[in-house]
Amino acid sequence: MKTIQKIGLFIFLGALAIFTASLGLSKHQLNADNLSVTNEYHKKAILEAATNQGLLGNSTSLSNIAFIKQLRQSMFNAQTALNESFSKNPPEGIPEWDYKLGDWKIGDYVFQTVKASSTGLLPNNRNLFFFLTFGMALIGGLLFILPKFLQAPGIKNDGIYHSSLTRGLTFGPRAVFIGATILGVLLYGWFYMDGKLFWPILTLVVITIIIFLVLYKEKQNSLSPAKSASPNVTASLGIFSGIYLIGFYILLYWAPEYMTNWILLVDPISEFLSGNPASQWFLYGFLYSIIVLVMGIRMISKYRHNKYQIVRTFSVMFFQTCFAFILPEILIRLNQPYFDFKNIWPLDYDFFFDWNINNLINSGGLGIFMLVWGITLTVLGVPIITYFFGKRWYCSWVCGCGGLAETMGDPFRQLSDKSLRAWKYERYIIHGVLVFAVFMTLMVLYSYFTGSRDILFFNSDVVRKWYGFLIGSAFAGIVGTGFYPLMGNRTWCRFGCPLAAYLGLIQKYKSRFRITTNGGQCISCGNCSTYCEMGIDVRHYAQRGQDIVRSSCVGCGVCSAVCPRGVLRLENGSTDISQRATELRTIHISESEVKILA
Amino acid sequence: MHIAIIGNGISGVTAARWLRKLSDYKVTIISSETQHFYSRPALMYLYMGHMRFEDIKPYEDWFWKKNRLDLIQDKVTSIDFNSSVLHLEKGNLVHYDKLILAVGSKSNKFGWPGQDLQRVSGLYDLHDLQNMEKYSEGLSRAVIVGGGLIGIEMAEMFHSRKIPVTLLVRESSYWDNVLPEEESAMITRHIRSHHFDLRLNVNLQEIEDNGQGEACAVIIKETGERIPCQYVGLTPGVSPNVEFLKASDLNIGKGIQVNEYLETNIKNVYAIGDCAEVTHPIEGRRPIEAIWYTGRMMGETAARTICGKKASYNPGIWFNSAKFLDIEYQVYGHVPNKTPDHYETLYWEHQNGEKAIRINFDKNSNAVVGFNLMGIRYRHEVCEKWLKEKTPVSTVLQDLSLANFDPEFYKMYEQDLVDLYNQKTGSDLKLKSKRSLNKVLQFLKKSKA
Ligand SMILES: Cc1cc2nc3c(=O)[nH]c(=O)nc-3n(C[C@H](O)[C@H](O)[C@H](O)COP(=O)(O)OP(=O)(O)OC[C@H]3O[C@@H](n4cnc5c(N)ncnc54)[C@H](O)[C@@H]3O)c2cc1C
Ligand code: SF4
Ligand code: SF4
Repeated sequence: MKTIQKIGLFIFLGALAIFTASLGLSKHQLNADNLSVTNEYHKKAILEAATNQGLLGNSTSLSNIAFIKQLRQSMFNAQTALNESFSKNPPEGIPEWDYKLGDWKIGDYVFQTVKASSTGLLPNNRNLFFFLTFGMALIGGLLFILPKFLQAPGIKNDGIYHSSLTRGLTFGPRAVFIGATILGVLLYGWFYMDGKLFWPILTLVVITIIIFLVLYKEKQNSLSPAKSASPNVTASLGIFSGIYLIGFYILLYWAPEYMTNWILLVDPISEFLSGNPASQWFLYGFLYSIIVLVMGIRMISKYRHNKYQIVRTFSVMFFQTCFAFILPEILIRLNQPYFDFKNIWPLDYDFFFDWNINNLINSGGLGIFMLVWGITLTVLGVPIITYFFGKRWYCSWVCGCGGLAETMGDPFRQLSDKSLRAWKYERYIIHGVLVFAVFMTLMVLYSYFTGSRDILFFNSDVVRKWYGFLIGSAFAGIVGTGFYPLMGNRTWCRFGCPLAAYLGLIQKYKSRFRITTNGGQCISCGNCSTYCEMGIDVRHYAQRGQDIVRSSCVGCGVCSAVCPRGVLRLENGSTDISQRATELRTIHISESEVKILA
Repeated sequence: MHIAIIGNGISGVTAARWLRKLSDYKVTIISSETQHFYSRPALMYLYMGHMRFEDIKPYEDWFWKKNRLDLIQDKVTSIDFNSSVLHLEKGNLVHYDKLILAVGSKSNKFGWPGQDLQRVSGLYDLHDLQNMEKYSEGLSRAVIVGGGLIGIEMAEMFHSRKIPVTLLVRESSYWDNVLPEEESAMITRHIRSHHFDLRLNVNLQEIEDNGQGEACAVIIKETGERIPCQYVGLTPGVSPNVEFLKASDLNIGKGIQVNEYLETNIKNVYAIGDCAEVTHPIEGRRPIEAIWYTGRMMGETAARTICGKKASYNPGIWFNSAKFLDIEYQVYGHVPNKTPDHYETLYWEHQNGEKAIRINFDKNSNAVVGFNLMGIRYRHEVCEKWLKEKTPVSTVLQDLSLANFDPEFYKMYEQDLVDLYNQKTGSDLKLKSKRSLNKVLQFLKKSKA
């Protein structure tokens, strides 16, 4: 059994190595056919620039890095040329935006052209490489996971804090990672916002204010928080995986032209599903679903004595593959708008963007239905279902981010910070994001209905661009997933997700959901707190016999599963909820005796 | 007023917390093992890599200062009760007005030859854990002497590091001095299914020295068999840690003797937790109960009394819980290993042999007297209410779903119990209510009609 697992691991790592290396396994040569530009003016200008530059007609193939560099240069030259000719003799009957070559178009052209111009080892052997990467990773992963079903069922967290993958970071390295990430994001944001420093600086000011509030207003400066990892051990493999994931997201969001080889591999699947070639988002959805499926099987093997976990894991596997991945592709094939029926504003922050609304309105009956469906989910679905079942119905049963966190993220759930200080940070940050999301959306809607983009000092286009960059990409992606091995699997869900904040407010103030504690049975061992991915100090409540009503609890049920004394149970019921969550019930468990208190 | 507490285990710390809640007294906790309180039952998870030391501390380190609970990490070598002064190992003296002794237990050793060798330890404190850690590298076998809860924990610990384990147990079935026959058989089976080498009906003869002061094998008394091993765990129970107090005027039996207010024979001195021996326990309870929950209840009781709200120690109805490898165990009320003649017992076991429910009730009055759960969780409050109110078994069975505390979607077995009862007695009971939190809370609120 051990040998099979080792072989599996070996195959998986081999596949991962090939996958990584395959980014560089293509050659590129530009010609008039593979320059993927439809706009005639643009095409002409770019071809001219490329010829002058020697890129076109060059008979040697270039590596993708060299090719992208040169192609970009040609595009910029073409951009300048077009700008000049527009101001010299403006062409008649052609709008300026159509004639000039905008920055975002350059990105798209480069991406498409790099993809179309690929030849060489990988592009010529796509099926082979598909097998060597995805195929082998799948086989290796399953060989590693399936033997777990032969072990006796039950909680097996052995060695988690001995493994350099899962034991987490000490304060120093963690602070370095957080600091470097914030700095990197803001610096790149400066560039992303076309050299305007306003937004990065505003963000920095907000971050400073939050730190100040937590340390001084909440008086956390005097309370040294519990350590984040055992002294002197820091997870080297964890750091490596974190960096790998962060790198992946950087490419995905801001430099997809470098990952065209991966995208080529999934082209056939995309064509099969939607009829279109794959984009980086298709690759992402494909990878995401595969990971949720495979790691979902792992999750089930680990908790297979626990029906709640099994049902819940099947649920996230289903919603990710069917609703988030396959269904939208099929909608495209049917000439309907791309739509994920389970995504809800404000997590789905672009739902109220003009292009989305217009697209839905112009797509006939189904489009209108989608619009109404999305609004209904936000306005009625969330409060009503959360009232009955707590936010878990979404966060750990349906949501894609939650789905990844509960499957791929499960090995890292213990890394969430349980200190009181972390909780204070959490409340400022997550509600801050919610406020940002609401204001951003209100501005966008204002612009949609009035046609005016300027509101007070802000331009709604710029605000939404910064939101998309800072929250949508950097926080949700880079920090959200890249930080799994560094700060736990729910970093985004806990600190950043505006929908979680919204669900949480309802859970806290108007819901029947709570975790009840079993009288006096708690031995304060700390398993529940340790394995709570949301960093809730469950033990704090359990050891004094209180019910747990916390806005952040996603109802994953793992605290209940790992408790060795059977103390915790997730339940729904409206009776006495506030009373049982606050009253002290230490000495004896029955109500009558608690009364000695007075 | 200065209250000194010796021992920062659950009992001492609970007392301190309640003292702070109820008063403004100066409170000092003196303890030698660690600076901060940690959960002793969680020691095993440290070794197994489930948690770090940070995680088994129930309070963050700033908690103590914030609540003005002074901590001294030192050993109390002697106590001068006449002048109310504690002598600490590092030479300091601590004067107190009232003293709480919460000094816990120590592992039993029965004078076995070789019991003080290296590579031999019990499992009680961090020191023992460090010992296990130190010698784990390259172990080809560990032998554990003594069944019971700590023995199986130690076995599980070694097992988690793939170290083969032999368990030497005096009894003829695991922990059958506490568990009824069927449950004990279940645990015995379960242990064996994890490939532990479980030897029943055997005693330790001696531990062999390898010539360098380290254990290298054990000899079994009954068979003379020699089992080579590089670690020996001694887990035949614990007894109160009172050695350093024996020379004083304190009344000491097995533990420090206390009355129902947890007062010792010396004025202003209290004893709580594992080290206390309650001379006149309430019905159904034993003088020394070395478990977490009693320590906690005693800590609160003593604090109340010291703060002028005199409370007698009333632990109520017995409850306890444990986990044997993968099988959780809970008990409420009276479920002795040998069912007395005036009890009837209703025992149901799942066909997989890893889940069971036992309900004991009185033959004459039909009142329920105890619940034993294996691999199934029951609700403490509900069971306690039934037991306290001496509810007839027929009522309990019909409402049994109220007690179920297993996670959602778990299969529920209450119907099987009702069927079993009907079949045994020829009655025709029906399971009334479905499991529902609202119903439970309403039931708990209802005072006895
Ligand atoms: C491995 C293990 C698992 C357990 N599991 C469970 C369980 O699952 N459920 C359960 O109910 N119970 C369990 N127990 C029992 C439970 O842990 C004890 O009953 C409880 O910890 C006793 O608490 P206490 O406060 O009385 O004493 P302790 O926790 O023993 O605290 C006493 C403290 O006093 C200190 N001390 C002693 N003498 C001196 C001195 N002279 N000077 C200074 N300091 C001194 C000691 O260093 C110690 O830290 C377990 C025990 C062990 C060892
Ligand atoms: S409190 Fe429990 S159910 Fe809630 S998020 Fe934490 S581990 Fe999951
Ligand atoms: S609730 Fe369970 S897991 Fe949490 S501290 Fe108590 S006994 Fe341990």
